[in-house]
Amino acid sequence: METPLTQHIVANRPPLSLKEYEQVGGYQSVRKVLKQMTPAEVTELVKASNLKGRGGAGFSTGMKWSFVPMDVPGPKYLICNADEMEPGTFKDRLLLEGNPHQLIEGMIVAAYAIQANVSYVFLRWAYKLAAHEITKAIQEAYDAGYLGKNILGTGFNLDMHLHTGVGRYICGEETALINALQGKRANPRAKPPFPQVSGLYGKPTIVNNVETLSCLPHIVNNGAEWFKGLSKSEDSGTKLYGVSGKVKRPGTWELPMGITVRELLEEYAGGMKDDVQFRGLLPGGASTDFLVEEHLDLKMDYPSITKAGSRMGTGTMIVLDDKTCPVGFVLNLQHFFAQESCGFCTPCRDGLPWVEKILLAMERGEGKPEHMNILEFHTQFLGPGNTFCALAPGAMEPLQSALKYFRADFERHITEHKCPWK
Amino acid sequence: MLTSEEIEKIEHEISLVPVRKAACVEALKVVQQHRGWVSDDTLKAVAEFMEMSTAELDSVATFYNLIYRQPVGRHVILICDSVSCWVMGYENVREVLSDKLGIQYGQTTPDGKFTMLPNVCLGCCDHAPALMIDNDLYHDITPEKLDEILAKYA
Ligand SMILES: Cc1cc2nc3c(=O)[nH]c(=O)nc-3n(C[C@H](O)[C@H](O)[C@H](O)COP(=O)(O)O)c2cc1C
Ligand code: SF4
Ligand code: FES
Repeated sequence: METPLTQHIVANRPPLSLKEYEQVGGYQSVRKVLKQMTPAEVTELVKASNLKGRGGAGFSTGMKWSFVPMDVPGPKYLICNADEMEPGTFKDRLLLEGNPHQLIEGMIVAAYAIQANVSYVFLRWAYKLAAHEITKAIQEAYDAGYLGKNILGTGFNLDMHLHTGVGRYICGEETALINALQGKRANPRAKPPFPQVSGLYGKPTIVNNVETLSCLPHIVNNGAEWFKGLSKSEDSGTKLYGVSGKVKRPGTWELPMGITVRELLEEYAGGMKDDVQFRGLLPGGASTDFLVEEHLDLKMDYPSITKAGSRMGTGTMIVLDDKTCPVGFVLNLQHFFAQESCGFCTPCRDGLPWVEKILLAMERGEGKPEHMNILEFHTQFLGPGNTFCALAPGAMEPLQSALKYFRADFERHITEHKCPWK
Repeated sequence: MLTSEEIEKIEHEISLVPVRKAACVEALKVVQQHRGWVSDDTLKAVAEFMEMSTAELDSVATFYNLIYRQPVGRHVILICDSVSCWVMGYENVREVLSDKLGIQYGQTTPDGKFTMLPNVCLGCCDHAPALMIDNDLYHDITPEKLDEILAKYA
């Protein structure tokens, strides 16, 4: 089984230095694209590889790049989204700490494709080790002439800066991230215009996830067909999957795209701990709908999980067991979303705290029968199309599916006037 | 008033961005690193230096969870209160820690040593529960491990 993204990552060992990375073929893709390919050819290659963005939405990377207007004069920007603050998500950390040169190499390829000369890594505050490794790696890349002016004598220039955030989940939303980089409050922007056309300082900007960018060197080196062949599904490549919760071996693994939920849960994560039973899981972070027993044989790829009414999201799943209260679980999620709402639009700013309050009342044995309808109402009212960005609809995904799959548990809180798990 | 050392660092950050204001978060980080937190007077001084209104800079400063607009202790303990850590029982860890230090969230120990704050997912969910003290990450926390961890901080 090929694991291109993590093949050089060894637990508890520092990442490869630039020299070591070059010895295993590192930066070859930069030579190839800069010396042998036009920017349009790189974009076409990535389109042909069917690489989909690993930041959660699963949008075609090559397609996204193709929206960048290439003929307008003035700067363009590339941003690596390394904010990773979605609860239950810890995959980008592995790539950031484990192989920063792979990310930088991927960023050079992407920057060349869209002809950006300035790039940023937007890193969350908490990732201290990653900040250290990336700072070191960027310096090494400058020293070796992979960054800076006239890279490899080709005339292509690229600067790269690390920006560490100061903690707010909404900074991961790409337009909020752009505002944050400009020193503004990180409220999302209206789309359109999309950042590809008008992003950082109003200039064409591409925001891509760490894992997405880390795939690029391998696609350039080995081709689109090879990348497709890595997968067991119609989506290409490998995927970093993760599992947390009461399983025997929580962790992160790079596996062929399209492995089943069951394989991930039972083979890789070792199944449930001995004293608990499986009840459900969020397949790709806090803002995805629950899957339950009947979904375990689904493929973990974008279309299969979407068909089941959820989203693959980040591919890092959070498992709910029978000794854990589903209402408390959802309350924890809604507390997070209410706290992290940027406060810009009313349904989200006022609706999420209301949802949190009701769930808290249920947990305290103060739930009322009419609360069920109020919760249902919010899943509609805060749903897609009613808010300025995807935070609120994302928050409603675990709630609406919990109301569907664990309805009896919510109702027991109300009829028994207490949390049955306490 | 900003110190010359702070000004030098902020100037460096400004040199990296096309618009002065874009470095305002970096400027706040610089002063917080030196002073522990951002007081009203500090905020005013930074705003002036960044050529922004105090209100505008404060709207940025208060937006973020990790710019402290109130004094904190010498060490800040950030406890992950997100979902995987909740499933894995972080609440028990927090209660024991609270008892040991005699403080709740948002409070500082009387000797000024520790401030305890809740924090969102630390990206360490496969080793939950997790917490950070200053720049150090601790994971797979059990109440028994707390004494040894706290002893590292003076
Ligand atoms: C509230 C919110 C938070 C997000 N957080 C992140 C994040 O931390 N990392 C990330 O890569 N994408 C995040 N996204 C998705 C980004 O907006 C964007 O789609 C993504 O970075 C694009 O990269 P990709 O095309 O490579 O997936 C978030 C979206 C929303 C609505
Ligand atoms: S949905 Fe929430 S996070 Fe998004 S813009 Fe509106 S208030 Fe802000
Ligand atoms: S939920 Fe605590 S580290 Fe992710």
